[in-house]
Amino acid sequence: MATAKTLYDKIWDSHVIDVQDDGTALIFIDRHIIHEITSAQAFDGLREAKRTVRHPELHILVPDHNVPTANRDKEIENEESRLQIDVLKQNAIAFKLPYIELNDVRQGIVHVIGPEQGFTLPGLTLVCGDSHTATHGALGALAFGIGTSEVEHVLATQTLIQRPSKNMRITVDGALPRGLTPKDLILAIIAKIGTAGGTGCVIEYAGKAIEDMSIEGRMTVCNMTIEAGARAGLVAPDQKTFDYIKGRPMAPKGALWEQAVAFWKTLPSDAGARYDKEVTLAVSAIEPQVSWGTSPQDVLPILANVPNPADIADEAQRRSVERALHYMGLKAGQRLTDIHVNKVFIGSCTNSRIEDMRAAAAVAKGRKVASSVYAMVVPGSGLVKHQAEAEGLDRIFKEAGFDWREPGCSMCIAMNGDMLQPGERSASTSNRNFEGRQGPGGRTHLVSPAMAAAAAIDGHLTDVRKFL
Amino acid sequence: MQKFTRVDGVAAPMPMINIDTDRIIPARFLKTIKRTGLGKNLFNDIRYTPDGREIADFVLNKGPYRKAEIIVAGRNFGCGSSREHAPWALLDFGIRCVIAEDFADIFYNNSFKNGILLIKLPAAVVAKLMDDAEKGSNARLTVDLEKQEITRPNGETVKFDIDPFRKHCLLNGLDDIGLTLQKDAKIKGYEATASSQTPWLVPPH
Repeated sequence: MATAKTLYDKIWDSHVIDVQDDGTALIFIDRHIIHEITSAQAFDGLREAKRTVRHPELHILVPDHNVPTANRDKEIENEESRLQIDVLKQNAIAFKLPYIELNDVRQGIVHVIGPEQGFTLPGLTLVCGDSHTATHGALGALAFGIGTSEVEHVLATQTLIQRPSKNMRITVDGALPRGLTPKDLILAIIAKIGTAGGTGCVIEYAGKAIEDMSIEGRMTVCNMTIEAGARAGLVAPDQKTFDYIKGRPMAPKGALWEQAVAFWKTLPSDAGARYDKEVTLAVSAIEPQVSWGTSPQDVLPILANVPNPADIADEAQRRSVERALHYMGLKAGQRLTDIHVNKVFIGSCTNSRIEDMRAAAAVAKGRKVASSVYAMVVPGSGLVKHQAEAEGLDRIFKEAGFDWREPGCSMCIAMNGDMLQPGERSASTSNRNFEGRQGPGGRTHLVSPAMAAAAAIDGHLTDVRKFL
Repeated sequence: MQKFTRVDGVAAPMPMINIDTDRIIPARFLKTIKRTGLGKNLFNDIRYTPDGREIADFVLNKGPYRKAEIIVAGRNFGCGSSREHAPWALLDFGIRCVIAEDFADIFYNNSFKNGILLIKLPAAVVAKLMDDAEKGSNARLTVDLEKQEITRPNGETVKFDIDPFRKHCLLNGLDDIGLTLQKDAKIKGYEATASSQTPWLVPPH
């Protein structure tokens, strides 16, 4: 019998075109999503070298990072933003690539629309000039973020030069307790293994909690894999995956569908496959999570207190905690639930899908946003927005005092004017609490959509379970 | 791509851990459609006050470090976003080499594609080089890629490892795409096999 292989090994092996003596491989890339921030220089590179795009049909271009989330009928005010989005469109036309317009109902965040359109499929390789490409691994695709030079490389050759990653498995046992979401789970995982815990690895998520989880929940988990240092997250495709994909616009149809499903069923890791690193987590002990510092590993249960640097022996670590507390304007040992917020952001490639909208709306329903808080909801795509409106979620949000916006990356990366002012503090469903991430001097607390809605209502970080 | 053979220059100490790419170049500077000109905003928010004055305390604002070509950093340098603007900003400022215990994967790849050498060394060795980098105008290190060797101010040398392929590309300033296109026959062979074995991978339009 052949050696037992992991899901990652199977996808990797089936995409290798060539291996050099030192182990560096050339692999085929099946799918590529392109947005406005990391692509213009790649297209310039193609032009300068007089190169063409090898497989135009394997790319999708869509603006998301820098797009306004209001007044879409007007011209974009910021000149640089407008130019960047225009350049994306011009490149789509010049190189004859599939392009989704800003005002197309399918427009949205790259990592929301890939799965939504059936562009992302199990067993394929997918890349995008964005680190959160790990999201697509929820469908059993090997998906990772790349830089602009690699964007150019994929456009020109449909391949990438890569070295194989190590296999890491995180097994999550048990069922998610009431009030606990996939976001809490991935925050707890990052807190446990650290921001470099997965460096050099592809992380496969397994165990009952993952099997029971919806596809969208798995996307939230895989999305933040990069925050643990791993380039890609993976979940074995199962019946839920096939049901999710079936009938989507770019998914295979008819006889090809049957053939594809038969193949996808061979992808899960073989019994006895070897992992370089294994971590096990019991989910029953996890409580709603919130970040207190400036790194996604700075996470604690909501009922905990802010850490005290005096308790930390390691000097580099202590200095880093002191710096984080100073930046965040927090006192050592203060209760997390005493932290007041000025803004609440529900959105981003981590948490802007319909299930996220529903979870936030369930908390917002019949309640009011605190007068001291500005709260915004930014759906992940035009289709998510339509679905939410069909379910009446937009009315729930508006009646509670939330601002209901157009799709885009918005305040997660704060490029489009949706941002924190210096010293302002947010509860945010996004993925990074780095210094300045949501605006220079802005302070970010990462939470789930339900926890964000709860913080909006109470005006401070709070335990959502009291609202459920 | 610019070749990297040998750099003899000032090394700036940045002992912070987890220096992320948002800190290297904040997102609001990513609205450019060019690769150049980002050096002035390198580390913007820890280098300047909100009204644009230099923060005297920040290492690259101090005397000899203004001309630093090397950074010695805390572990997990370059974590976070995949933005290649981070190595572009480093390069535009004049940084050709970063030394740390480890680096985030995407940043690691991106840097080598722009002629920046990243060197991974054990914590104890990084600590020694960090001490060297604290020496202001005497903080000179010589990094020789061919020999895989760093010479410290006291003349002592430190060896480092690097993938042979990355070394070859850096020493010769080779363009990856050009190298890959030489394998066109192999790519075509792969495409032919894949289109018969996994025909659903060609998306309908």
